[in-house]
Amino acid sequence: MESLINLFNFEFFRNAFLAAFMASITCGIIGTYIVARRIVFISGGITHASFGGIGMGYYFGFNPITGAIIFGILSALGIELFTKRADLREDSAIAMLWSLGMALGVIFIFLTPGYAPNLMSYLFGNILTVSKEDLLFLLFLSVFVIGFFLIFYRMIIFVSFDEEFALTNNAPVRLFNSLLISLVALTIVLNIRVVGIILVMSLLTIPQAIANLFTKRFDVMMGYSIVFAFLGSVTGLAFSYIYDIPSGASIIFTLVVLYGIIKTLFLIFGKANMSAVKIREESLKS
Amino acid sequence: MDTLVEIRNLSAGYGQNIVLRDVSLSIQQFDFIGVIGPNGGGKTTLLKALLGLIPPLAGEIVFEESMIGGNAHRIGYLPQINNIDRKFPVTVYDVVRSGLMSRKRLVGRYSSEENERAITLMDEMGIAAIRNKAIGELSGGQIQRALLCRALVNNPKLLILDEPNTYVDNRFERELYEKLKLLNEKLAILLVSHDLGTISTYVKSYACVNSSLHYHSGNEVTDELLKSYECPIQIISHGDIPHTVLHKHLS
Repeated sequence: MESLINLFNFEFFRNAFLAAFMASITCGIIGTYIVARRIVFISGGITHASFGGIGMGYYFGFNPITGAIIFGILSALGIELFTKRADLREDSAIAMLWSLGMALGVIFIFLTPGYAPNLMSYLFGNILTVSKEDLLFLLFLSVFVIGFFLIFYRMIIFVSFDEEFALTNNAPVRLFNSLLISLVALTIVLNIRVVGIILVMSLLTIPQAIANLFTKRFDVMMGYSIVFAFLGSVTGLAFSYIYDIPSGASIIFTLVVLYGIIKTLFLIFGKANMSAVKIREESLKS
Repeated sequence: MDTLVEIRNLSAGYGQNIVLRDVSLSIQQFDFIGVIGPNGGGKTTLLKALLGLIPPLAGEIVFEESMIGGNAHRIGYLPQINNIDRKFPVTVYDVVRSGLMSRKRLVGRYSSEENERAITLMDEMGIAAIRNKAIGELSGGQIQRALLCRALVNNPKLLILDEPNTYVDNRFERELYEKLKLLNEKLAILLVSHDLGTISTYVKSYACVNSSLHYHSGNEVTDELLKSYECPIQIISHGDIPHTVLHKHLS
């Protein structure tokens, strides 16, 4: 235990801890929106499309995350725009974008001379190598997401719950859909450094699944999701240190185990409650 | 009597597919119009055009000034319950109050007067006690009531209901219609339904929509009348011996 606390003497670990904290805030809030609106698949598409931007960053020599931001937001708005024009099947379009992004990324990285350093950290994430710059980006995003959801909470719920009803009330549905899907893209891309492209979707859905066991209210669900995301990432981080395994995978694995444990507890206690009710009913009968 | 909405020679549809052709209808204050007609006949298209969800391809829809003036949107809308995502994590209270969003600027909070109005309405509908529950925990009838409160909370002059009797138990259906009858003393109602038999005791007039629209004042609808309107719909009469008469589509 002491050795774990001593870890805070290392700058890389303090950074990792801060990254986990801010990843939990952004993923907790945005993930709740994703789950509530059932746009998990769309978010998966955005995640993988942004790999194209990372490849471009390598090839043209700029920060891969900048490329990922551009690709992520453009594909998010593209999906938002095209799926509203009824002609295209939404899921097929997303799948196309999904693989196009990955293909572009692979091509660009292949064309880049020499070895691509850190490529694995983009695919699987490495919370221990997040830079000051990454943290600053995450901080800005956290503040923005919190502010946006605090100020516009009612409008977000209004537009997301029943889009048609919101439209009949002249609500700015398209504006909010576009803003929110852009925030989804930003959250995904900035958290790629923490858990990686392949794993980031789970940070946006597993804490929410756990939170959903406790509550069915949007605002409460955001809070619980942040708590469980943080719990999962810090515990995962500790496991990754103790057993010397990759941090991203360790975090996700911890979260799934956490879900399993809590779900099981719910099943047992749920059943216990049920049988208690049954016994009471039977005693009433007799 | 005031005319609330005047639909003149409206054609509407989706892209190349014109569903409604040259339809005219005027909705007066305190009207209770039952909109009937076969599936695919254009009932929903008519609603969507009225609600401004699809633009008219030809013709126009003119609203009385007080219907659209300012931020107060004066049409209450109850969508089909299967259009609602019942697993969405939102409370009854928030759903009902969201009916007030059209008068909000982007960020405004609900005033205590608005909160009170929402609670009074929920109380009348018998859902005030469960207002902090998520809609996922409610029965179909309770969700229907919450959505009706949402439609009414902004004091609409016209209430539009899309098939409110689907997925709802018989007891609530009766309650709903009695409730509508009371509401009709204050506002006009447009009720879309496939169940002609039940609504016939409540509505004051009919609009049969089957690509074209035939308006019939009075709530007595006979087979012959429907036939002459080319309105292929089933009539269920509630006599001693229940029977159903089905008509074939004429064209």
